[in-house]
Amino acid sequence: MNDIKIRIENLTYSYGDKVALRDVTMDIPANAITVVFGPAGGGKTTLLRLINRLNDLIEGTRMSGRVLLDGKDIYAPGTDVIDLRRRVGMVFALPLPLPGTIRENVEYGPRLAGIRDPARLEEIVVRSLTQAALWDEVKDRLDTPASALSGGQQQRLCLARSLALEPEVLLLDEPTSGLDPISTGRIEETLFELKQRYTIVLVPHSIQQAARVADYAAFFLMGELVEWQPGDLLFTNPRDRRTEDYITGRFG
Amino acid sequence: MPREAFERELQRLQDELLTLGNMVEEAITAAVESLRHQDLEAAQRVIDKDREINEQRFAIERDTLILIATQQPMASDLRILAAILEITTELERMGDYAKGIAKICLMIGEEPLIKPLIDIPRMADKARDMLHRALEAFLRQDVDQARAIPTEDDEVDALYQQVYRELMTYIMSDPHNIEQANYLLWAAHNLERTADRVTNICERVIFTVTGEMTELNEDEGRSTSVEGLPA
Repeated sequence: MNDIKIRIENLTYSYGDKVALRDVTMDIPANAITVVFGPAGGGKTTLLRLINRLNDLIEGTRMSGRVLLDGKDIYAPGTDVIDLRRRVGMVFALPLPLPGTIRENVEYGPRLAGIRDPARLEEIVVRSLTQAALWDEVKDRLDTPASALSGGQQQRLCLARSLALEPEVLLLDEPTSGLDPISTGRIEETLFELKQRYTIVLVPHSIQQAARVADYAAFFLMGELVEWQPGDLLFTNPRDRRTEDYITGRFG
Repeated sequence: MPREAFERELQRLQDELLTLGNMVEEAITAAVESLRHQDLEAAQRVIDKDREINEQRFAIERDTLILIATQQPMASDLRILAAILEITTELERMGDYAKGIAKICLMIGEEPLIKPLIDIPRMADKARDMLHRALEAFLRQDVDQARAIPTEDDEVDALYQQVYRELMTYIMSDPHNIEQANYLLWAAHNLERTADRVTNICERVIFTVTGEMTELNEDEGRSTSVEGLPA
């Protein structure tokens, strides 16, 4: 197995009385796609958000356990959350381009990070859009509004926006949920390229997508991590009856 | 397709597989009977019917592929469909062995048999019985039965060696027997191979149920190789 990039230890998380994650322990290997899947309400999105500390400001939540990035607890006092989010990028189900042009969308993060040199920014725009498999489609219209792009292009723009900051980890929450099969295929191809350099955690929009892209797969059911295995094993010969029932469509 | 429709189609495929199995079982018996009674017309019918076996095999293969393509089955569903593809291939080859025996019957023609056939029909009965129970094990997903059947392959191998030794004595006593003895040995060999392929079916049953790929007869095939033949 690859090196462990993220280690989740005995993570329990609740919103008020509702337990969203129950004593979850799992490793997320570097340079691989780890798929987190299961029925709605299983805790997948919560898990992703916790890796990015996106739940910090939600009232009435409780957390125990640890989330380690490269061996360091990201919830330890003194953690620089801004730096964490630069290292751990997130792409959501609905593409939300910022108002402005395609170029401005990609430059936004690097500019916030203090990069002003036009040549350096240009290099980042080209690299990010190329990595997100969008460059060829938009290179002649970088200064047109991002809102004019198709859904699939917008989603890849959001991916490029994350990649502009050169994160180490990419968290993707159903990044292809509203897309047609061709756009979905492009993004999946992109992920295969990206995993050479990044650690990817993906909530898939279907079991078929989970099976297609997973190097490792984790099945969550009602806040519990039921099973965690290399994808090729989990989808052909799951160990747990509940995983079997879910992926063969017997429930859920 | 909802789960119930998938289950129905899966059930239908298993029924079709059983039909193919019955066709092959009948072909084995009919081929050996034609040889024993030197019934050339019956032998020709076995040869003609092999086309139906091939067609049935292709139909199952096609429908299985359609189900895989349209349903993207996973886990045990996927394993069972993969097993169906594998088992139909094994059955089709067994059908070819039966056809081979029928052809031998035609080649020997009306020339009197050098000896009455006793052990070859026994081999056929045993192989057919093993096949029948292997398919039963598949339909019932019965791992214990699937593990037990291949041990019976030794009986078929023993009969084969007996046939071999006996035919050798006929050859040694009269070189005119060489050609027919060779044909009969060939027929026995086809039955020995049929029983070996039953073992492959049993392996698929275990794979379907447990996901494990196991070799049930480690020495499978040895008895058919040159060094495995009695000295």
